[in-house]
Amino acid sequence: MKGGNNMLTRKQCKSVIDYAVKYGESTCASGVEIALSDDNQATARFANNGMTQHISPLSNACAAVRVIVNGRQGHILTEDLTKAGMRQSVDCAIAIARNLSDATTRAMPLVRPNKRTQALQRVKSFDRSATTIDATERGRVVKSIIEIAKKNKLTAAGVFSAGEDINAIGNSKGLYHCERGTEVECSITMTGGSSSGWAKSTHWQYDQVDPIKLAEIAVRKAKLSRNPITMRPGRYTVILEPSATLDLLCFLWGGLDFTGTGHIDGLSCFAGKIGIKVLGDNITISDNVYHPFQYGNTFDEEGLSRRKVVLVKNGIIQRPVMGRRSAKTMGGLPTGHCTEQPNVVDECPINLVVEGGDTSLEDMIASTERGILLTRAWYTNEVDANEKVITGMTRDGTFLVENGKLKRGLKNMRFNISLIEVLNNVVALGPAVLAAGEESAIGAVVPPMKIERFRFSSTTHF
Amino acid sequence: MKGIAEFALDLALNRGASYADVRVAYVKSQAISTKDMEVACVSEGDGFGLGIRVLVNGGWGFSVAGKLTRESVGKAVEAAIEAGAISAKCMDMPVQLVPEPAYNCRYISPHTIDPFTVSIDEKTGILIACAKLAKKARRVKLVEGEMQFSKEEKLFMSTAGSCIEQTVISSGFGFDAHAQKGNEEFQQRSFPNSGGQYELAGFEVIAKWNPFEHAERIGQEAAALVTAPICPQKNTAIILAGNQLALQIHESCGHACELDRLVGASEEANYAGASFLTPNRLKRYRYGSEIVNLVSDPNVPGSLGSMPFDDEGVQTKKVHLIENGIFSGYLTSRETAHKLGMEYSVGSMRAESCACMPLIRMGNVSLEPGDAGSLEDLIADTRDGILFDTVKCWSIDSMRLNFQFSTEIAWEIKKGKRTRIFKDPSYGGITHRFWKSCDAICGPEELIYWGVPNCGKGQPVQTIGTAHGCPPARFRNVGVGVAMSRR
Repeated sequence: MKGGNNMLTRKQCKSVIDYAVKYGESTCASGVEIALSDDNQATARFANNGMTQHISPLSNACAAVRVIVNGRQGHILTEDLTKAGMRQSVDCAIAIARNLSDATTRAMPLVRPNKRTQALQRVKSFDRSATTIDATERGRVVKSIIEIAKKNKLTAAGVFSAGEDINAIGNSKGLYHCERGTEVECSITMTGGSSSGWAKSTHWQYDQVDPIKLAEIAVRKAKLSRNPITMRPGRYTVILEPSATLDLLCFLWGGLDFTGTGHIDGLSCFAGKIGIKVLGDNITISDNVYHPFQYGNTFDEEGLSRRKVVLVKNGIIQRPVMGRRSAKTMGGLPTGHCTEQPNVVDECPINLVVEGGDTSLEDMIASTERGILLTRAWYTNEVDANEKVITGMTRDGTFLVENGKLKRGLKNMRFNISLIEVLNNVVALGPAVLAAGEESAIGAVVPPMKIERFRFSSTTHF
Repeated sequence: MKGIAEFALDLALNRGASYADVRVAYVKSQAISTKDMEVACVSEGDGFGLGIRVLVNGGWGFSVAGKLTRESVGKAVEAAIEAGAISAKCMDMPVQLVPEPAYNCRYISPHTIDPFTVSIDEKTGILIACAKLAKKARRVKLVEGEMQFSKEEKLFMSTAGSCIEQTVISSGFGFDAHAQKGNEEFQQRSFPNSGGQYELAGFEVIAKWNPFEHAERIGQEAAALVTAPICPQKNTAIILAGNQLALQIHESCGHACELDRLVGASEEANYAGASFLTPNRLKRYRYGSEIVNLVSDPNVPGSLGSMPFDDEGVQTKKVHLIENGIFSGYLTSRETAHKLGMEYSVGSMRAESCACMPLIRMGNVSLEPGDAGSLEDLIADTRDGILFDTVKCWSIDSMRLNFQFSTEIAWEIKKGKRTRIFKDPSYGGITHRFWKSCDAICGPEELIYWGVPNCGKGQPVQTIGTAHGCPPARFRNVGVGVAMSRR
């Protein structure tokens, strides 16, 4: 059932979906939708200047089967993509739908192919060179990172992973899409006696991920932050590198705040505030898979094409992303951000872009009399959903900025800060880049930021 | 299953592995969610696969077969061997393991009612009935309910001769009531815990928790929170209800005692972090007050983190992590136990599924009961303080020192009585100072094993279920109200 590299091929996806849809139609289901996915992301983990885990999966194929019977839907996830397996899954999904009570939310009819299911624009997300990264290449990369660590008398830890994925969806109304992508990730921490430095990159193109450069950045940060000093808790001017921006702002788009469901249920911090200026003039946020730095699937989980949605325009809250159910309630058209159905949340933003400015990180530092630079944040979490207060720690590269220069490393600090307050106190924005973090499941195009009155509430021992 | 596992092991040895183990699993799952009085989602799943881990020239390799055919498994073995050989070239010291006997045994987790034999209608009916009760409170706008059930049949075999079959059934549920005054701020109350309560049990777990008895109260508390005063910022005595204390144990003790964080600069330095409980502190460092005994016991019937054998075939052992307040032990793998000079592993290697390589993970890490009686007795014994209940937000630094937690609700305690409630309650501190301030622990009658179904670790992140048995406990002079301060 698999291709030469064990991944599902486009042809195989079409064949599995066609078979299951046809079988479903023959068994009285009024709608059948099959979503297939497969990936072979291989991972080399290293620590203490040695390889600790080397994981080489060949395939991770699975299918989501959704059927609609009399307005009720049954849903099955299966890894058995054989004809018998798909028949069994369709039968089980039909049995679930038939057995549901009157209290069941009525399913939206499946999406018919129409103008809104047609591709708007091609998004490059597949790099053949990324598919050639094999165990030997992973070993070579890890070895080169370790050599840099040893040369600098530091200890390297991290991950280097690469692989490809394929996603296909088809339904009994005749809709069909199939997209392939690749992903390369390298994340490195360099640790010394009293300090550490970190750097990370994720991209669909292998040549956009430079492990040597990342290792050197992590080394530089580890060396520069040796013998850190303690800063008193309080409010400081803070410069966020792009990864730190992502680590914080992912709480805005990782939950319900920019979703139709969140607005309808009143659980978004922006509910009832569409058209109202809530954030600073210099804050514009979009969901836009077509942005030159973004990548990924151009269709949502029901097969609608993703649209660019401006979520915040110069601080003014705009309409959120919407699935078909939310769009019906809120008015307007679905935006192509539907989650896998059935789901309590109808949609989610996924290709975030925060507009940047023209102040370089160097200029932000040079213009700062006294402040703190953050490389990344750690264990961020939401304290209060109403005011969007989040807490977390600094980590792996926290620096005192004094008289326009990076002065020295600081011991880590805990912050408690409202993101709404943060986005009203941005005094400088740098050019937006595709940033990778450890706190966010997805990358985003975000700028470095300089923020006034950022609140640190306590310190720690290291 | 056994035939294909034996095939994989034989092939691994033939291809040059010095050791190999195989996990073959079949998993069945069901997830149900409701939104107010409607069924929002019913989803079922089945998954199967084989994961093979090999040691080649002292380096680990791992791969997965999605199909249990000789062709598919053969390719996985070859991929794992290649990965292991490359690993070995990127290491100064080969991996060495402490010895472990071979086992041939079978285990089925205790359950009374197979959750997959209960109708969907009965399950959704319970959640909808809870929503109706919670929504009796005027300001409750939305109630969301969830149930999840899974059954995993797992075979472990190794070239050392082990053949271990484990069948594990887990069941869990929960609901959240969201209250709002007009279009202003919203507050949430959950039962039995935020994210629900999960146990290694059958459908009987739902009746055990009797959600109908609590649903109306949960709605009322959510509604009351909307107009409640915010938790003040000060230092005071705090009592942690069991569901919150469970997460405190999880973050500040369970993770802190994982030995992979203490090997060199930490095997998890890039993500999960390290720990302040370094080997030179073992058996001599005062972690908590004398009444603090924290134990890892993976053999508690019904508790979510129970596992008689871990995912590298080690028979799991009870170990004191903190004994009478002194740091006393680690959670280990065979590899890290060897690095620390131990004679055996206590058996803490777990994987999210057979498609993942196991890591050191906690199972059940629990606080042993004390002599402070019931929760009401402890409140009566507290002149001035705050009772924190139900996890809302958690965060701890990468050495497991500086922590901060928020709960959904708190009650002010004055002269031994619960008085008004506070919204947005939070507390924080430094781990060892906090546990040293523990001066009272409730008795065994208050002991509950709280299931934490969403513990994440590793890259890529693996999510597993853990549990923490704990009665409520009191801590003195703790900073509260730290999260929402405007200062």
